[in-house]
Amino acid sequence: MGWAIALHGGAGDIPLNLPPERREPREAALRHCLDIGVAALKHNKSPLDVVELVVRELENNPHFNAGKGSVLTTDGTVEMEACIMDGRTKKCGAVSGLTTVVNAISLARLVMEKTPHIYLAFDGAEAFAREQGVETTDKSHFITSENIERLKQAKEANRVQIDYTQPIPKEPTKETTVADGDSQIGTVGCVAVDNQGNLATATSTGGLVNKMVGRIGDTPIIGAGTYANGFCAVSATGKGESIIQATVARDVAALMEYKGLSLEEAAAYVVGECAPKGTAGLVAVSAKGEVTMQFNTTGMFRACATEDGHSEIAIWPSV
Amino acid sequence: MGGWAIAIHGGAGVDPNLPVERQETAKQLLTRCLNIGISALRSSLPSIDVVELVVRELEADPFFNSGRGSALTTKGTVEMEASIMDGPGRRCGAVSGVSTVKSPVSLARLVMEKSPHSYLAFSGAEEFARQQGVETVDNEYFITEDNVGMLKLAKEANTILFDYRIPTHGLDTCSAAVDSPLVMNGLPISVYAPETVGCVVVDSKGRCAAATSTGGLMNKMMGRIGDSPLIGAGTYACDLCGVSCTGEGEAIIRGTLAREVAAVMEYKGLGLQQAVDYVVKERLDQGKAGLIAVSKDGEVAFGYNCVGMFRGCATEDGFMEVGIWE
Repeated sequence: MGWAIALHGGAGDIPLNLPPERREPREAALRHCLDIGVAALKHNKSPLDVVELVVRELENNPHFNAGKGSVLTTDGTVEMEACIMDGRTKKCGAVSGLTTVVNAISLARLVMEKTPHIYLAFDGAEAFAREQGVETTDKSHFITSENIERLKQAKEANRVQIDYTQPIPKEPTKETTVADGDSQIGTVGCVAVDNQGNLATATSTGGLVNKMVGRIGDTPIIGAGTYANGFCAVSATGKGESIIQATVARDVAALMEYKGLSLEEAAAYVVGECAPKGTAGLVAVSAKGEVTMQFNTTGMFRACATEDGHSEIAIWPSV
Repeated sequence: MGGWAIAIHGGAGVDPNLPVERQETAKQLLTRCLNIGISALRSSLPSIDVVELVVRELEADPFFNSGRGSALTTKGTVEMEASIMDGPGRRCGAVSGVSTVKSPVSLARLVMEKSPHSYLAFSGAEEFARQQGVETVDNEYFITEDNVGMLKLAKEANTILFDYRIPTHGLDTCSAAVDSPLVMNGLPISVYAPETVGCVVVDSKGRCAAATSTGGLMNKMMGRIGDSPLIGAGTYACDLCGVSCTGEGEAIIRGTLAREVAAVMEYKGLGLQQAVDYVVKERLDQGKAGLIAVSKDGEVAFGYNCVGMFRGCATEDGFMEVGIWE
């Protein structure tokens, strides 16, 4: 037993030749977020507080697909979603379709704590945000030039497809690889456990590049992108549609509970066997203080630390 | 074993004082919809088509809380949601915040089959509906007198009791006549209101499918999403089974109820009825809910931990039953 924390900045087709100017700021951000998460755990903050504060930090960083830096819908707008779950009580909160709320994860927590509901979306969620007095800002705050470029390239690639007069493919290759090689899919998330075995998880995202307006992904769906109970806490990232079908986050916990698999085995099974290759990654911690970070994509921005002193920050598979 | 099977529901958590005529109307409606499903199965329609067509029928009738007859938001409007899942391949589609689409379950199916996504909501869902040319009507079409009355009642109770900004310790001195104030998610929520419709089917090829549709909670906050459109919570189907849930949405979400039935079958090797019983007993904590399920082997099962669930089921060997209480 002991505390443990893991966080991610998105899984996807992150090319091995990612230039330093794209790699270093993200690595630095992961390190910074890991440090503040670890410090909070050492100060006996609850795992629920820890995951919220780490995800807020990731949302504020424009290099990740959440909060500022969220990818754009097909209309060039931002629609953010987030979800938080307390493993001890299984209380949870989720939001979708946010356009002006600076920290979606904190609004999700307010839905959990201040309403009789679990999930609020779009206009209703924005109205709730105003009622609660959370920080809101102009919609343009979240939009970065990188994402404007990503959207442009995604649309150009789509146009090419249409020129070939092929129907919209149903198979998951909706992402287009951008010239600069950045992954199109991503999300941020954090899972934590204290030395009493209390677990919590939080996930936040802007969704898929060029997504249809109103599209909801796996992040705010309890059991898909986010889940925590007495066994483990999980935050997933990747192709939302695949993670929903495979109920990724719930299945990791279910395999531990019903088949007695270890955290590592359960995560490996779900990522290896249940979600198609190139679609999913996750970070998870167990009540016993174990941690695992697994993905079936080229890479996943990630970091973790445990009380016994182990820590890791990485992007591609560890050798 | 084997052969087709179908189950439908019109909501769990029934007012124990429901007048007999209303009970009869409910049973007739359930019987009619069940028969529509049975005919479709006898014509060899695949399960995904059958669940959609049966839920469309339930949505069109104002008796239950879906489509026409949906519960009202706190503003007196209707915001509908639905989801559908096809066991083979676990394809899925869902919609939320639908306000003009006559059949939300059919829109959910179109999301599954004609969009690159699994879930569309609010203005994006409405826009998609227009692009697809589905039948749309004014929001007023869905609103019934019954529900306007229920909303009024819920609001009267709410302003004294159930407003979540007001602490609960005023409950015992309140003068509003509420027989059994409901507590949901730790907070008092609403008076009795019907709750969701759903259908699960396994066809003679052993393919399972599930669909659920609802107007949500009476007097819900604008933008509130419940369990019905959430894959794994209100709806789930895979190779082994098809499940549709109803009841306290928040409890169903926390318990990932629909996925849970399939997970205990898959990972614990439980049979269908055992899985349903286990999940209802162990996975609901304080929550009140019910569910219907079919297995690839042609079995049908249901379970609930509240007072009644409107339901019906039938299997290929001629078994057929419609009920409300135990």
